[in-house]
Amino acid sequence: MEFDPVLLARIQFAFTVSFHIIFPSFTIGLAAYIATLEVLWITTGHERYHRIARFFTKIFAVSFAMGVVSGIVLSYQFGTNWSRFSHVVGNVVGPLIGYEVLTAFFLEATFLGIMLFGWNRVPRGLHVFACVMVAVGTTLSAFWILSANSWMQTPAGYEMIDGVAHPTDWLAAIFNPSFPYRLAHMVTACYLTTAFVVLAVGARYVHAGRYPEDSRTMMRMAIGLIAIMAPIQAFIGDQHGLNTLEYQPAKVAAIEAHWQNEPGAEGVPLVLFAIPNEAEERNDYQIAIPHLGSLILTHSWRDTFKGLKEFAPEDRPPVAIPFFAFRVMVGLGLLMIAIGWIGAWLLWRRRLFETDWFVGPLQYVWPIGFVTILSGWFVTEVGRQPWLATGVLRTLDAASPIEGWQVATTLALFVVVYGIVFSGGIYYINRLIVRGPQGPAVEPPEGLPNRPLASAHEATRAAINAPGE
Amino acid sequence: MVFSLGMEYYLPVIWALLLAVAIAMYVVLDGFDLGIGILFPFAKSDAEKDQMMSSVAPFWDGNETWLVLGGGGLFVAFPLAYSVVMPALYLPVIFMLLALVFRGVAFEFRHVADTSRFLWNIAFAGGSTLAAFFQGMLLGGFVQGIKVENNAFAGGPLDWATPFAFMCGMGVVAGYALIGSVWLVMKTEGIAAAQARAHARLLLPVVLIFMGIVSLWTPIAFPRIAERWFTTPNLFYLAPVPILTLVLAYAVWRWLEKGHEHLPFFGVIGLFLLGYIGIGISIFPYLVPPTLTVWQTAAAPASQVFMLIGTIFMLPIILGYIAFVYWLFRGKVHQGEGYH
Repeated sequence: MEFDPVLLARIQFAFTVSFHIIFPSFTIGLAAYIATLEVLWITTGHERYHRIARFFTKIFAVSFAMGVVSGIVLSYQFGTNWSRFSHVVGNVVGPLIGYEVLTAFFLEATFLGIMLFGWNRVPRGLHVFACVMVAVGTTLSAFWILSANSWMQTPAGYEMIDGVAHPTDWLAAIFNPSFPYRLAHMVTACYLTTAFVVLAVGARYVHAGRYPEDSRTMMRMAIGLIAIMAPIQAFIGDQHGLNTLEYQPAKVAAIEAHWQNEPGAEGVPLVLFAIPNEAEERNDYQIAIPHLGSLILTHSWRDTFKGLKEFAPEDRPPVAIPFFAFRVMVGLGLLMIAIGWIGAWLLWRRRLFETDWFVGPLQYVWPIGFVTILSGWFVTEVGRQPWLATGVLRTLDAASPIEGWQVATTLALFVVVYGIVFSGGIYYINRLIVRGPQGPAVEPPEGLPNRPLASAHEATRAAINAPGE
Repeated sequence: MVFSLGMEYYLPVIWALLLAVAIAMYVVLDGFDLGIGILFPFAKSDAEKDQMMSSVAPFWDGNETWLVLGGGGLFVAFPLAYSVVMPALYLPVIFMLLALVFRGVAFEFRHVADTSRFLWNIAFAGGSTLAAFFQGMLLGGFVQGIKVENNAFAGGPLDWATPFAFMCGMGVVAGYALIGSVWLVMKTEGIAAAQARAHARLLLPVVLIFMGIVSLWTPIAFPRIAERWFTTPNLFYLAPVPILTLVLAYAVWRWLEKGHEHLPFFGVIGLFLLGYIGIGISIFPYLVPPTLTVWQTAAAPASQVFMLIGTIFMLPIILGYIAFVYWLFRGKVHQGEGYH
């Protein structure tokens, strides 16, 4: 049996990156949340912030471990499966990823030790500092990786010498045209993703009548963030769309399944639903609203933008995936705004925690951010095809000189291993949630007194040797 | 540019040294925590296992980051070498990564699990052992050479799978187990420490035998390496490496006998570094032996300079806070001490 190494390498990368992205998008938001809670704790002195922070730190630890191990895999895949990519654009993309390691990875990985194990060991202020450093690290990591990704989408600050990209202007390369939009869009998405997990956990406890104080704080904080951030995200997304139309018009045409501008017609309709038919270059079963496409993408009633047929067939991205994924992303985004605003309204009327029809379903909203991010990722990554780096390197030309069976074997292994790790992760995170913020009563190890929680604040040697929670 | 000739000569050398430092840091630091995993099945009780794991739990994440810096550094400074070496060692690289996946999540999962704990014990021990083994295979596959045509890997998918690489794999497992055991001598007390001391005394001669085999095998099998070591005046310059190794090994043995707690760990780090320098001497200036040198595979000077500025600025800061965390979690892990 013949395996196509390029296709398999693409599937492998899509699989591993989709798995990986779930964890950083959660931990970037969660690190910021934990740091916020810790700062609130030391400034207000309310113990509930401390309890919630400690509780989410355990969930953070499990998620972060999965993010780290799956991220190391990705960094090596540039070499194993996409070695020509490394060679052709390594001069530019390499340092961006190198700076991620230098400024972000070490910071977060090192201070994580204090964050997870320092509760009984270090003064409160230092612990808060460590949590803030982890949050800074995860965000810096997003900065660099999105810079690298954006460069692949909209390359800048380079010249080609003998078929290899050479940097000419680092600032232009880092702050390439799509980078600010992509960074803002992604970081906001991370915060929203985390907020929905916190919201679902809070709703679960409120619904069950457990931890009334902590769970209400969780819900209140999450609703507040969602009500403000979700509409802001819609605005950022809109700006990002304008930028994409300017720099990657073929991607926008694919997202909109816009094949051609009818001669003499004004404005582009918005396709609400259709089955894109790539073979015949048209949409089947289309439902569209006239002019709305123009209004959204050009902010005018009459302007048009390029249709797919205006691009050579070999330069067109696949249509169906960006088209549908984009609709999933936007649909869930609107749902987020609705949840945020209804929640804020109920909160304002002081009815939130008693409104069962709202709190009940909220227990199940935790995946919403993850699905939205994955859809958005599909839109942007599939929409970039057939290029790996737009105008610089095609995906077909980037693969390693390896045999198909190697990629097939490792792909199968990845599916098995990630399947085990992922189910394990969800299972154990759920177990931590069932245990709740206060945790079960822990029997002290033999020969050691069970210290009250208050001793955890002392940075004395005695506390160092005390059992953890 | 006036300095371009000079820069193009020195920059790759500086980067090769920096890369060597990053990999050495990785081998020493992740070496001891992988070693703990290798020794895991030999722990008698669950309490001892907890103690072993607690001794590295705050550090392993940072330790493993050096692997990303090593791989990332090769990608950044020598993209051509990266694009040749990675496809050549495709399978062992991915096997190693998958082993690290299992072993990394085991830290957290094992802590949360109760009935399924034994599964994560297996994942931790198996993942650590396989990761160490494939790292050794990678080393062997790299030292024995990679077939290159037109600046791309031109060999077969199983070129790396030789008896020499297999022997290197076993050697690295033994080496990591040794450094793991002397780490435990330093960081644990009671039964766990006594056990670790016994393991160290068993492993030290085994590791020396592996070092001896590599030292004989490489010059016999690869004439280019024999030429490096056994021609005058190189012979005299390089003789201190094996001699120092033997002296230090004897010292570690004595320190273990006398009950020293810290010295064996630092002694074994010294042994690792000597072995590492030995390999470096055999290989330099090739990054893809025996065809591509550091100069042939180097990134654009602008890329190397840009990254060097960041490295010079960041590396001391990184080393600073790493040292701080090791200092913070200094001292012994007590029996029954909570993990989180």
